[in-house]
Amino acid sequence: MPSLAANKSPLKPLLDEVGPVDQVAIEERVAKFTTRSIKKASKIQGLKLAVSMVDLTTLEGKDTPGKVESLCQKAQCPDAELDTPQVAAVCVYPAMVKYARRFLGDSQVRIASVATGFPSGQFPLRTRIQEVKQAVRDGADEIDMVIQRGAYLAGELQAVRDEIAVVAEACGDARLKVILEVSELESYDNIRAASFLAMSVLRPGDFIKTSTGKTSVNATLANNQVMLEAIRDFYLDTGIPIAMKPAGGIKNSKQALHFLVAVKETLGDAWLTPERYRFGASSLLNDLLMQLRKQQQGVYQAPWKFSDASTGY
Amino acid sequence: MPTKSKPARKSTRHRTPELLFGDLWEFDPAPELADPKLKQSYSLYINGQFVAPRSRKYFDSINPSTEKQLARIPAAGKADIDAAFSAAQTGYNKYWAKLPGKDRGKYLYRIARLLQDRSREFAVAESLDGGKPIKESRDFDLPLAAAHFFYYAGWADKLEYALPGVSAKPYGVVGQIIPWNFPLLMLAWKIAPALATGNCVVIKPAETTSITALKFAQIIQEADLPPGVVNIVSGAGATGQLIVNHPAAKKIAFTGSTEVGKAILRATAGSGKGLTLELGGKAANVVFDDAPIDQAVEGVINGIFFNQGHVCCAGSRLLVQESIAKVFVRKLKTRIASLRVGDPLDKNTDIGAINSKEQLDKIEQLVASGVEEGAELFQSSCSLPSQGWFYRPSLFLGVTQSHRIAREEIFGPVLSILTFRTISEAIEKANNTAYGLSAGVWTDKGSKILKMSTALQAGVIWANTYNKFDPASPFGGYKESGFGREGGKQGLCDYLKIVP
Repeated sequence: MPSLAANKSPLKPLLDEVGPVDQVAIEERVAKFTTRSIKKASKIQGLKLAVSMVDLTTLEGKDTPGKVESLCQKAQCPDAELDTPQVAAVCVYPAMVKYARRFLGDSQVRIASVATGFPSGQFPLRTRIQEVKQAVRDGADEIDMVIQRGAYLAGELQAVRDEIAVVAEACGDARLKVILEVSELESYDNIRAASFLAMSVLRPGDFIKTSTGKTSVNATLANNQVMLEAIRDFYLDTGIPIAMKPAGGIKNSKQALHFLVAVKETLGDAWLTPERYRFGASSLLNDLLMQLRKQQQGVYQAPWKFSDASTGY
Repeated sequence: MPTKSKPARKSTRHRTPELLFGDLWEFDPAPELADPKLKQSYSLYINGQFVAPRSRKYFDSINPSTEKQLARIPAAGKADIDAAFSAAQTGYNKYWAKLPGKDRGKYLYRIARLLQDRSREFAVAESLDGGKPIKESRDFDLPLAAAHFFYYAGWADKLEYALPGVSAKPYGVVGQIIPWNFPLLMLAWKIAPALATGNCVVIKPAETTSITALKFAQIIQEADLPPGVVNIVSGAGATGQLIVNHPAAKKIAFTGSTEVGKAILRATAGSGKGLTLELGGKAANVVFDDAPIDQAVEGVINGIFFNQGHVCCAGSRLLVQESIAKVFVRKLKTRIASLRVGDPLDKNTDIGAINSKEQLDKIEQLVASGVEEGAELFQSSCSLPSQGWFYRPSLFLGVTQSHRIAREEIFGPVLSILTFRTISEAIEKANNTAYGLSAGVWTDKGSKILKMSTALQAGVIWANTYNKFDPASPFGGYKESGFGREGGKQGLCDYLKIVP
């Protein structure tokens, strides 16, 4: 058969293979998650689960070793008055990894580092790989990479896939989180397709992640749902469990609980663990703590009762 | 992409991967606590007053989720129905016929606002009496009922624009009989256009769900409607017959089963009475292989399990294209695993109680016939409450056109799944039914939607969605699903007679 490739966009076969997503219907679907009523013991359990899933993040140009130290302290002991789990990880820029390792030592809290020319990814591959390797050498347990959205939109799918594979290799034992930067992919169709593209070269337990937190639209229930459904379909098809990390824009407990409801009702119990689900967030943590104290003490505490984490992510 | 995993990873594939929807993070009970303000015993509402039935007969309204008595409901007899029609006729002659449209509109706006004010109270009463989940009565029935009154309030003084160049007048007194699946909403669909067009009504709710209608009488009284304009009488089929056959009823509007609809058609034949019927359905939800699959699954679930499947326009036949049937059914089964069946008043309940023991028996009987005729039954493994009438969400695979479960309306949470290969086969199968109330089409291709929407014989066709309602959009059927339209401008015309 003659090649008909010239007749269509290189994206088309991928989009056809994974199938479309209806925007109106998926937004309606996720709105139903927000009507779940989570009270009493289930609320406390949900809030603690959310704390254990936080990747406590600081990604600012003005980050210093001192800032990272206070972040690490907060990560290990989120609230002295409350019986809460530690957060899953701290997430910092590559240059801060070595300080984080110094402060955390062999703590259970993992160190995640954004790498590969975060947040744009518009850097030569060679330096991006070096960045990953250096971060791992400095003590990072997890690497948050960005895909080249430009290459994806231009239809250079093989390039995008190969690059993820190369970074995964450079990670060694570190887990990889692939940031799709959903707001730059724009359509739900693209988010679903890019999820499959990434998952096809990921290892069991690696993550796909919504956003860098550096654009105007970050994690939403709808794009989270598109990715959860992609993970579900991929898992049922291949048996490979991929983890998920929505990042940016999840600022309060109510939102976090809604995201967890989506996980519970889409992927089930096996994903309700920090091994398989994370929140990339900073200000979320203090709101979770505030709600937990409210559950314990019956009243809301003033914001200054909680030690400063980082804000703006 | 999913199939292109590297060979090295095959070691992780020990058995078929499955998802576990368990109780790792279980939701605590979240009951809606608003007071439904129920009375132990209700009265008929005739001529602007609450009156005891002259028949002196009462029957019990049962809470389907506990099987316990909720309230005593009067059973209106002949003398009561005569009194109601006489009040309606007087109300029409003395007040309503003389009132300008804008004043009728004022009353309707007032009713709409009062209903909104008390919506939580009414939602709880509706769920207690009928068994539907509170999230549906709260987010669907009540807001939509109020919206119907608001919508038709707006039309009351603009009727000449609804029928330009035509002179039309109201029937006078109309008899209305409504079903038990959406008690208050169907009451709104009936009363709002009737009043807007200048008619007076005698309305009878279904015997298993009379409470919200009789509570609504309080709103009519509070709104200070002139006496006799709205009369609410409760009772069973015999009461309904009295309404249909009453000589003062100039028009009958009925929503309910096709069987009763046919009886009403026979009874009113030759009487000169106007008639609209909104009857049963066996809607096809047609899913093409290019559809957004997960959203289609969600739409199919919503189409059949909404209100426990007690919906005349329920998408009870799934027609799925053969090439995606396997994956689609697998996804349906997965989705059903996370549906929560239980206490209708719990805010997290997805599927509530079956409305009556009688209806539960009917569902069980039809499901048994499906199994007997060789279809494969799949049911959710969810736990059911020990008390009350509940039914598991159910799928039938391998259904053919001749199965009873593909032809008869089950009116319960049971989906019959059929497949098709081509678009013409889909159209043929979808239309191969005595009914024609609604249909759904799922595809990513716009032109296919247009083709299907003209080819399907159904009053309402939803594209890439299901069970969407709006007061401005007419609703009604083809064939044995009845005639006449409710909602929209068309809904006005069915309460007006054209004057030659």
